[in-house]
Amino acid sequence: MNRQISLLQSVALGFLGLACFLGFWQGMSMSGIVSNIFLPSPLEVYERFTTLIERRFAGATLPGHLAASFMRFAYGFLLAALIGIPLGLLMGWYQLLDEIVSPLFDALRFVAPIAWVPFAALWFGTGIGGPIMIIFAGAFPPCVINAYRGAKFVDPRLIEAANMLGTPSRRVIMEVLLPSSVPSIISGLRVSAGLGWQSLVGAELIVASAGVGYMMVQGQANIQTHTVMAGMVAIGLVGLALDSALRGAERVIQKRRGLEQ
Amino acid sequence: MPRRISIGLATILVVCFLWLMATTVLGLIPSGRFPSPAETWSALVHVSGRGYGGGDLALHVYNSLRLVVMGFLFAIATGVPLGLLMGWSRRAEAFINPIFLIIRPIPPLAWIPLAILWLGLGDAAKIMVIWFSAFVPSVINTFAGVRNIDRPVLEAAYMLGMPKFRFVTEVLIPGASPMIFTGLRLSLQASWTTLVAAELVGAFYGIGRVLNVAQQDLYPGMILVGMVTVAILGWGTTRVLGLAEARALRWNTAALAAKG
Repeated sequence: MNRQISLLQSVALGFLGLACFLGFWQGMSMSGIVSNIFLPSPLEVYERFTTLIERRFAGATLPGHLAASFMRFAYGFLLAALIGIPLGLLMGWYQLLDEIVSPLFDALRFVAPIAWVPFAALWFGTGIGGPIMIIFAGAFPPCVINAYRGAKFVDPRLIEAANMLGTPSRRVIMEVLLPSSVPSIISGLRVSAGLGWQSLVGAELIVASAGVGYMMVQGQANIQTHTVMAGMVAIGLVGLALDSALRGAERVIQKRRGLEQ
Repeated sequence: MPRRISIGLATILVVCFLWLMATTVLGLIPSGRFPSPAETWSALVHVSGRGYGGGDLALHVYNSLRLVVMGFLFAIATGVPLGLLMGWSRRAEAFINPIFLIIRPIPPLAWIPLAILWLGLGDAAKIMVIWFSAFVPSVINTFAGVRNIDRPVLEAAYMLGMPKFRFVTEVLIPGASPMIFTGLRLSLQASWTTLVAAELVGAFYGIGRVLNVAQQDLYPGMILVGMVTVAILGWGTTRVLGLAEARALRWNTAALAAKG
């Protein structure tokens, strides 16, 4: 590792980096090397972003599109968590179930979530059902895997103690396995939310009639690069908010665990 | 684990049996919703013989595989050196990190419309989005890999006055390589997802194109063939990467075996 640098230096360099990046971008679009239609300047993207908040494009304002996307995301994500976490825990507890489900699960995992789009459209339509299924396909595997890992790596002493005291299986799962795998489950949910959000965008690009992804496709069809970029910014911001919310939850739980011990 | 394997095989056989029963024998699932084994087979014959969606299966597979490999290699060639640089120099990290923090939350798939605007529906747009999706995990993991190298190793190299070039090739890269490979595996998965999405949005050839046309034609057999092909390609390339990893990290497993 190179020399350590002071906080001041690091902040200054960071600002310099950002300034270079934005300056280069602004310069490229202002100087006309790249046509303004294809590379709007950062300021134009910002203006477009604020306009889209008030004015409708492709059927709704930007907050309207975001709300439509977020509803789908919430359904798909909750469904994935509600099915995936219990499945993972049970797989970690009952070996037979693990041995039965694992080969199927491993085979399905190699299908990219987006490849479910045609069947999703065929089975549930392109309105709300289809995109939910694709979000589910993206968010499901991390839920299962992390709940499974959480249950597999529970301190065996806890389970032995519970067994010795004659606790029935169901109570061991609910009162030993589940609580002790919570940290692993939460970090799985974080991965899940990221993948689900990304799958949602993909699904909306291909099949949807509302949502941010749809807005971006419409922007692309009308050669409105600034609309596409504003959509990217909005997607990034929501993704960031989701991730930091779950990261907050993760931290709270770890802290509580730390205090308990 | 023979028990595991036999139960796994039995499960898959049971699922195939249930599939046959539900679609062909009992007719529980209408063939417009999910194809029967016979329909899937005929779709496979159709796409590999006469061709479907602009070419035969081999052409589609070749095109998808080519794009993924090109985008992925391009991402490694740019991402790993950048990660090494950021890991090695705190100045470079401070300079580049904020830019990363802005770009990272944008999912790779969100770049697809922009790539199409810039580069059209051809290969270049796909390589750009694959590059984007594979670039970020390679940079981040390489960076983490360099930062996780044992300090004493670095200090020993400094103390012995190792020249910079040798330091990079003999200390930084080998030290970071377990993490680099973790990054590459994530990159590869992201590459496939992105490629399929990009091809579904618009393409002339490729597995995504097959899926897209099959969706419009309401041809469930072909959809299933496309999905299975994607899964096999994803599995196969991951496997190849795993072999490369085992080869490249042979010293590491040897070290582990000597220890334990």
